[in-house]
Amino acid sequence: MSFISYLINGVSLGSVYAIIALGYTMVYGIAKMLNFAHGDVIMVGGFAVFTIVSTLGLPPILGILIAVVICTALGMAIERVAYKPLRNASSPLAVLITAIGVSYLLQNVALLIFGANTKSFTSVVAISPLKLADGQLIISGETIVTIIAGIIVMICLTLFVNKSKAGQAMLAVSEDKGAAQLMGINVNGTIALTFAIGSALAAVAGVLLCSAYPSLTPYTGAMPGIKAFVAAVFGGIGSIPGAMIGGILLGIIEILGKAYISSQMADAIVFAVLIIVLLVKPTGILGKNIQEKV
Amino acid sequence: MSLLEVRNLTISFGGLRAVDDFHIDIKKGQLYGLIGPNGAGKTTVFNLLTGVYKPDEGIIKLEGRDITGLKTIDINKAGIARTFQNIRLFKELTVLDNVKVGLHNHYHYSTVEGIFRLPKYYKVEKEMDGRAMELLKVFELDGEAGYLASNLPYGKQRKLEIARALATGPKLLLLDEPAAGMNPNETGELMDTIRFVRDQFDMTILLIEHDMKLVSGICEELTVLNFGRILTQGKTGTVLNDPQVITAYLGE
Amino acid sequence: MKKMKMTKTAKNNLITYIMVFLAYIAVQILLATGNISSLMKGLLVPLCIYVMLAVSLNLTVGILGELSLGHAGFMCVGAFSSAFFSKCMDGAMPDGVRFLLALLIGAAAAGFFGILIGIPVLRLKGDYLAIVTLAFGEIIKNLVNVLYIGKDKNGFHFSMKDSISLHLEEEGQVIVNGAQGITGTPHDATFTIGIILIFISLIIILNLINSRDGRAIMSIRDNRIAAESIGINITKYKLMAFSISASIAGAAGVLYAHNLSTLTALPKNFGYNMSIMILVFVVLGGIGNIRGSIIAAIILTLLPELLRGLSDYRMLIYAIVLIAMMLFNWSPKAVAWKERLKERYFPKRLRKEKEVK
Repeated sequence: MSFISYLINGVSLGSVYAIIALGYTMVYGIAKMLNFAHGDVIMVGGFAVFTIVSTLGLPPILGILIAVVICTALGMAIERVAYKPLRNASSPLAVLITAIGVSYLLQNVALLIFGANTKSFTSVVAISPLKLADGQLIISGETIVTIIAGIIVMICLTLFVNKSKAGQAMLAVSEDKGAAQLMGINVNGTIALTFAIGSALAAVAGVLLCSAYPSLTPYTGAMPGIKAFVAAVFGGIGSIPGAMIGGILLGIIEILGKAYISSQMADAIVFAVLIIVLLVKPTGILGKNIQEKV
Repeated sequence: MSLLEVRNLTISFGGLRAVDDFHIDIKKGQLYGLIGPNGAGKTTVFNLLTGVYKPDEGIIKLEGRDITGLKTIDINKAGIARTFQNIRLFKELTVLDNVKVGLHNHYHYSTVEGIFRLPKYYKVEKEMDGRAMELLKVFELDGEAGYLASNLPYGKQRKLEIARALATGPKLLLLDEPAAGMNPNETGELMDTIRFVRDQFDMTILLIEHDMKLVSGICEELTVLNFGRILTQGKTGTVLNDPQVITAYLGE
Repeated sequence: MKKMKMTKTAKNNLITYIMVFLAYIAVQILLATGNISSLMKGLLVPLCIYVMLAVSLNLTVGILGELSLGHAGFMCVGAFSSAFFSKCMDGAMPDGVRFLLALLIGAAAAGFFGILIGIPVLRLKGDYLAIVTLAFGEIIKNLVNVLYIGKDKNGFHFSMKDSISLHLEEEGQVIVNGAQGITGTPHDATFTIGIILIFISLIIILNLINSRDGRAIMSIRDNRIAAESIGINITKYKLMAFSISASIAGAAGVLYAHNLSTLTALPKNFGYNMSIMILVFVVLGGIGNIRGSIIAAIILTLLPELLRGLSDYRMLIYAIVLIAMMLFNWSPKAVAWKERLKERYFPKRLRKEKEVK
């Protein structure tokens, strides 16, 4: 029975990873950059909800909405100020290092505003836990909401990318920026939109993450952010279904590793997964093989 | 015996046969041209010959030795050097150092001798400098030896790429559009240089080129590619007057 | 022309050596005349450590052209392997010999890990390489935190669980105690040793750059495909640069371990944050500019310590410096703007700059 409950917790954590990984994978697919600051946008989302709900005492739903708006604006601002000027830089390291700088900046601004003390986050979920098998298996409301939210996000995003005009433009830009431009697609606008969507998802992930693990610090986003990138690579970077599968698998691996191997080694296990994946199948589960042009 | 002998060379990318049943024989000392419209698969042939791509089928022999499927660096060691359509210099290195990297596998001292500046370091470095300057002189680049490669004008960058390829001591030199972006004067000079390299270094040269003046001026034999397949092959004069070739270039 | 180039490089390197030497003399004078606060005294060895870390990371980032985010991991390997050795051998041999051996062991262990990690990792490129080195750094830190090693008359005992499961005899001693790390490492590190190590690191790196191997490494950075086409063994030279960089970081770790009475692996000293801080030094000093790394490491370490009021803002300043430097130095628009300014105001200097080193 405990195995099943671990598995459910794994899927729940994995859903959060998947939502974060979607942001990574979309940005990577389109801007061809690893947005290191993505994880810290999650933290900003967490603090936004914390401030609105716990400090100001406003209803949670309003908190979530405002958090989504703040993160979306933040994501677009970061792209505009820090990444866009470096899009055609001669070294590919330039934008990566800048992204690391932005990640650091967000963490330290949060540190100055909110301090280093852990804030206890009040869950925004008001569903009572589900008791199964005569109370042997208890599934918390947060777990249920997280999994459902994960499914909804995935469905919406898949529909958006495949059915909407903007989504098709995203696919075109990720395929070939130059050609997309020639076809009359607004490349800069599409990249900005991708950052906006990715950051909005990060806000949602932030709320879910903080509800499930109710402690909030300026560094809350960093580790889940990196792990979500691992998930994106695991599933095949650039692939939306890949990010979902990778996220959920990684969540399960982490929870089971914590339960059955060593709780201190959980992070090491997750990173070992990344290394093994990259060595065995560098393109991930659903990734495409890209031949370098000579 | 041919210096380069290629049979039945084939590669597909995602179902598309980029190069199909390619064959060629190049004799030692020959100046050979590979021409064809854009997208005909010329550069892909170069990439196959230099091991950047592995062929699906076919055999490549250099001086009778089968080099099919070898890694790029081993093919270079076997004796094929190349230049690139989009110039690929070591931009942050000096002109002299670009050529010295080309000499890498012909001059040796250990890492320890290099780090601790043992006598062998100075001796070998001096030899390398001498040899590199000789090569630069051939291309009239000796005056710019201390410049960063990226600071050279375009035409000289193309020449430096040839000098660097020659530094590896190849038997066969592959030039990918050496005259691209050059004005008629520069192209004329380049033709002289290519002939000079062939005579001076006893070199065999296979080149891809769109400039018909250069092709008809220096190539002795031609192979014409179209849609990945050989359209025709033979003496330059005959090939260029072939109606098929004219159609392929100008369209129906 | 050739002569001029040689002397220019040599002159540049000489300036770097002299700069370090003068800094050493200046500190010695301050120490002798007692004009140095105890705070500053405590910073001298860490300064040497940061300088070594910065120049060695610059070998990977600036010369090899690959971003490593696991540099602190190599420092961690050097620190723990050497501290372990020193604890075991304390008193068994003269202190000088023991420390020298500890240095070699720390550097070798880190270099070994560099190769071990490098073989798989260096097949990857850019972002992937960065994230995997980060992962390796975290794994190393994680492993050290669950590592228990004890010694008794039956020899060494290992455990990954806790110190009790080492099953030591009565007289046995726990040397590596999991998250509590290693305590009581002999305090061998001094400023003079630190400066000597900086000199050795500089000699290795600067001479490597200006040698046959260094040119091969830089050719890979500038154009991997072209380097391959002229017969450069990519794997060999990437590994060479990576492992040398790791060994020097390992030696810095030895210095670190022998400067503290308690050695623990925390996110602060061996984690990702440390790796980023070293990267900030490299970026501020100029990617590929070894002397710049030294100066940046010194300034960024001293400034926040000297201006105590700033210490809360230290990390924030680092972040802003990092972003601003990257935008200023690498954005095509900023680069073009600087070129135009130079052309207008310093046309002579621009022409000179085209001829290099």
